[in-house]
Amino acid sequence: MSEKIGSVMIVGGGIAGTQAALDLSESGYKVYIIESSGSIGGVMAQLDKTFPTNDCSMCILSPKLVQAGRHQNIEIITMAKITGLEGKAGNFKVDILKKSRFIDEEKCTGCGICAQECPIEAIDVFNEDLSISKAISVKFPQAVPLYYSINKEKCIGCGICQGVCKVKAINYTEEDHEINLNVGSILLAQGFDEFDPTVLKPYGYGKHPNVVTSIEFERILSASGPYSGMVLRPSDGTIPEKVAFLQCIGSRDCHHGKEYCSSVCCMYTAKEAVIAKEHQQQVNPTIFTMDIRAYGKDFDKYIERAQEEYGVRYIRSRIPSIEENPVDHDLILTYESEKGEIISETFNMVVLAVGINPPSTSKELSSNLGIELNEYGFCQTRPFSPTQTTKDGIFVCGAFSEPKDIPESVVQASAAASHVNALLSSVRNTEITKKEYPEEQDVSGEDPRVGVFICHCGINIGGVVNVPEVVEYTKTLPNVAYAESNLYTCSADTQISIKEKIIEHNLNRVVVASCTPRTHEPLFRETVKEAGLNQYLFQMTNIRDQCSWVHMHQPEEATEKAKDLVKMAIFRVQKNRPLQELDLEITPNVLVIGGGVSGLNAALNLAQQGHSIYLVEKDEKLGGFARNIHKTIEGYDVQNYLNKLIERVKKHNKITIFKNTNIKNLAGYLGNFKTTVINEANNETQELEHGVIIVATGAVENRKNEYNLEENSNIITQSELELMLQNKKDIKKKQRIVMIQCVGSRNEEHPYCSRICCSEAIKNALSIKALNSDCEVVVLYRDMRTYGFKESFYRKAREKGVIFLTYNKIDNVKVNDKNRNMIVTVKTRFGENFIIESDLVVLSTGLISPEGTERLSKMLKVPLNDDNFFLEAHVKLRPVDFATEGIFLCGTARAPATIEESISQGRAAAARAMTILAKDVIHSEGVTSSVDEELCTGCRICIRLCPYNAIERNELGVAVIREALCKGCGLCAASCPEKAIIVKHFEKDQILAELTAFGGEYIGV
Amino acid sequence: MEFEPKILGFLCNWCSYAGADLAGVSRIQYPPNLRVIRVMCSGRVDPVFVLDALMKGLDGVLVLGCHLGDCHYIDGNYEAESKYRALEMLLENINLNDRINLDWVSASEGMRFADLVDEFTEKIKSLGPSPISSSTKDLKLLDELQAIKRVFSNSRIRSLIGRERKITLLENTYGETIDFEKFNKILKDALDSEFYRSQIYLSLLKKSASVKDISQEINIDKTLVFKNLLMLRQRGLADVAGVDGLDPIYKAL
Repeated sequence: MSEKIGSVMIVGGGIAGTQAALDLSESGYKVYIIESSGSIGGVMAQLDKTFPTNDCSMCILSPKLVQAGRHQNIEIITMAKITGLEGKAGNFKVDILKKSRFIDEEKCTGCGICAQECPIEAIDVFNEDLSISKAISVKFPQAVPLYYSINKEKCIGCGICQGVCKVKAINYTEEDHEINLNVGSILLAQGFDEFDPTVLKPYGYGKHPNVVTSIEFERILSASGPYSGMVLRPSDGTIPEKVAFLQCIGSRDCHHGKEYCSSVCCMYTAKEAVIAKEHQQQVNPTIFTMDIRAYGKDFDKYIERAQEEYGVRYIRSRIPSIEENPVDHDLILTYESEKGEIISETFNMVVLAVGINPPSTSKELSSNLGIELNEYGFCQTRPFSPTQTTKDGIFVCGAFSEPKDIPESVVQASAAASHVNALLSSVRNTEITKKEYPEEQDVSGEDPRVGVFICHCGINIGGVVNVPEVVEYTKTLPNVAYAESNLYTCSADTQISIKEKIIEHNLNRVVVASCTPRTHEPLFRETVKEAGLNQYLFQMTNIRDQCSWVHMHQPEEATEKAKDLVKMAIFRVQKNRPLQELDLEITPNVLVIGGGVSGLNAALNLAQQGHSIYLVEKDEKLGGFARNIHKTIEGYDVQNYLNKLIERVKKHNKITIFKNTNIKNLAGYLGNFKTTVINEANNETQELEHGVIIVATGAVENRKNEYNLEENSNIITQSELELMLQNKKDIKKKQRIVMIQCVGSRNEEHPYCSRICCSEAIKNALSIKALNSDCEVVVLYRDMRTYGFKESFYRKAREKGVIFLTYNKIDNVKVNDKNRNMIVTVKTRFGENFIIESDLVVLSTGLISPEGTERLSKMLKVPLNDDNFFLEAHVKLRPVDFATEGIFLCGTARAPATIEESISQGRAAAARAMTILAKDVIHSEGVTSSVDEELCTGCRICIRLCPYNAIERNELGVAVIREALCKGCGLCAASCPEKAIIVKHFEKDQILAELTAFGGEYIGV
Repeated sequence: MEFEPKILGFLCNWCSYAGADLAGVSRIQYPPNLRVIRVMCSGRVDPVFVLDALMKGLDGVLVLGCHLGDCHYIDGNYEAESKYRALEMLLENINLNDRINLDWVSASEGMRFADLVDEFTEKIKSLGPSPISSSTKDLKLLDELQAIKRVFSNSRIRSLIGRERKITLLENTYGETIDFEKFNKILKDALDSEFYRSQIYLSLLKKSASVKDISQEINIDKTLVFKNLLMLRQRGLADVAGVDGLDPIYKAL
């Protein structure tokens, strides 16, 4: 048998691939990201904002890209694809073809002079062809890795770029080449392609200039997009007053597009409409849709706000075609109103909400890897294991397996990582490199000797700022022992020369004046560290992005500004102190609260990696809500899966199960928690020590006495119907069954959508039809939310004769159950009234959070949202983390979810926990706060302010910072009444030093 | 020669600094008067830093954070807003509030960043040089700034501001929330009275004086001076040094 290899290949560097790479590299594996384009980031980098929080997409994504880009154990191989595979799970040999960029990645500094000088205007793919780029270009300004590449199809070979490139990175003769890698596992995260609407001729996309796709509109909205964030129409650059958004372009369309629902379009369209209105008050958005599929956490609230606060108009209609007025390029839409009238309306611009297609490369990839695709061309996964492909050792996450939004993709990324963890845990830490540094010099007591390195950045800085003049000025400043300028301070050879200069001139402080510390500070800190200096004795200042580039026509002023900025850095660096990162030991045990599907999966995965698990369940049985479910909509047997899972958990010698047990008390912090649990049956308590916590407390059916549910045995819930379906006789007698959706969901008390009920209803309706095809089934619904591939079952139900009637408000549905045969009356959305005689009424009652949730949230000091579900650290990018480190979240405790989604979340929480457990010790950040105990009065202001629960009071009543949890934001220090808190590296004296360098001494002193 | 103001900016690392970088990447031109100090969060910007900048004669101070709701540290920018509002209240008393500005810039808003710098620079230009650094050197104003700095170093004021969001949005120790307007009034009163006290104290540091003298010196009603002097006495910061005719003379301790 071949040996296992402790490295992983991730195919696709979008948000899913990047998340998986970060999880796995932090868990002790070497990671290769194979990315087909020139840089990582994927579609998320193109988005302007994200729903439902309207977070700026690039703001939240780019820190992750930067982190992946400079991670010691992540290697990004761009412009590459897989061409062959051998071996099996644990030991694969992969052939990769890397296309040439015609630019040496070792040398390119990303300075961009080549693109400035390139005479060829090519199409800008990133901006969806709405603006012009050059034949030599980078995908987007914040690209990771930041290397340019030449578009050979556009390049005319004039040779100018080679002439202007100061580092000689251009190589016109570079050829595509093959790379062979040996990895233990492969993770597929290719994402998706957008549906190309040119095939839908009646919409005139490509012909009518003011018909754009949603992703093009996303670039239009972006402040860094082609129109700098103004909403303009392509035909004449005017602001479109009336914008129509057409849903389901290429989705839910068996004839011309795809049968499935693309899951994300309803929400991104609502977001685009809202943001358009925000950017341009003149815009009045109208959305044409069949259903509003706002099934996710806090989505319905967003739709409501879109309508009420932003005046977004929703019209329930599918537009078949678009006509254009050829003179002014306005667009005429014809539709049927809810009242049945045919209306023609003119719009200035139309946005097509294009659906999600499998990547065009998926067929080639599937044959190269030997994995199966499903009927739609997406990656086939296994029942109850949505991140496993049909081939062992190859896993999948994100939209490549089914259309899904960002948080679901991030969850799956971590879930897929959990499979890799389980497969390769025996060879963890074998392929990674750990860097050794020389012993750190003690410079305390020495007078400051500052070395200053000022970058020309080719001509980026030097072309505006008089760099030699700044260098000469620098030499006149106190304590500057050495100053020089560099063509590129960031280039590899300069790093060597900086180290030499540190030693030669006995420097104990270093300043670099170049570009932005947000991307380059880590590099220079590394260099300083390699020279034996503490990395915090370094200061960087930005004389490019925030000086030469923005004052291009004022060279003298820019030079003066650069002098000030360098002076500020020099003054400050002298106040900088060496900081140490603190080591924190980790208790390798895990507390899992809740023994439902997500908790069981998390427990089992971590136990398989050798960690002791305390699994606490308040009920007398394991299994949670899934015990009520007999099969999934796809027809998979839930009870069989659940029983086997429980059996494996019970048998595992690393898992201790506590039934009938609640949490009594909880103390400690990341790495070192102490929890007291109490058995409610015998009142016995036990104290547990563990390093992390996984919250998997689930949800329960929202059972209230609506529609006389408790009194009348012919009025039941969907889960009771499921039980009844097991006993076939009962169903065979029924003639007509009415299902009422959204009973107790999407109302004032529970304004959220319970996500699972639509699919539950369809599943049960199909089961009824299978057992008794004569039984009439009527489903009364508001929006049919069968997202993703579940849409096919909705279609099947209609084919089988299930009747669907849509209503507006639950008040429009009445049940008279006085007689043996009940009478259901409904007023539909279109104003028609129906009176339906029925011998069984089934209520879809939705999910609510269980009792005790608030108590637990207080004990854990983690927040709940308005709907009483746990609130994650970030709804988009940290879906299973809490802001408090070391505590994770999964399953329906977070929000309603299907079984498969709960499985993924359970596994994802395990993988996130593993990034901590895989280490013996964690290094806290050097930039943390600390409290002067003499000054602290114990007022607790800081404790309340700290977003990370990093501050507590000790037995003396004074505040103590848990450095392992502190992120160094400095809120506490700026608010401390006694000024008893300092933020290391952002101390008052350090900030004042900068201020003094610019403002001078106090006047009149 | 046209007046070229000196403007200081505090930019948060995650959004506004990134937005400023993007302005650069996009080559959006704006006036070269701004110098930036990078902080991790706008919530780190202690009002004292802003006052220091003004006291050193800088002509304007910009504080830029993430948009509300976007803060990398969850709600640090809300804290920045609370602090800024309080600072603005006092600076209004001495007509310097126009020289500071708090705003939000996301990492994708390079244009917005440039526009903000542009507008602020124009505004400061129209206001003219800081009265402190201008040739006339308004030393009285400097004293007032010094007094305001003392106010923002004062633990009473810092405690109030630090608890503002908890007690107006969540709950106070009684499980109640205090109406924002009501809190605002309490804060405003506290700021004003601490400002008087600081002015009185600083004036006494220079020279012992009677209520009447102080009232003339710092231009505050005599009753107010007296009331606040009593508080300074209670705090052990001032005491009676003697009597001149019918007027007790106070000194700073």
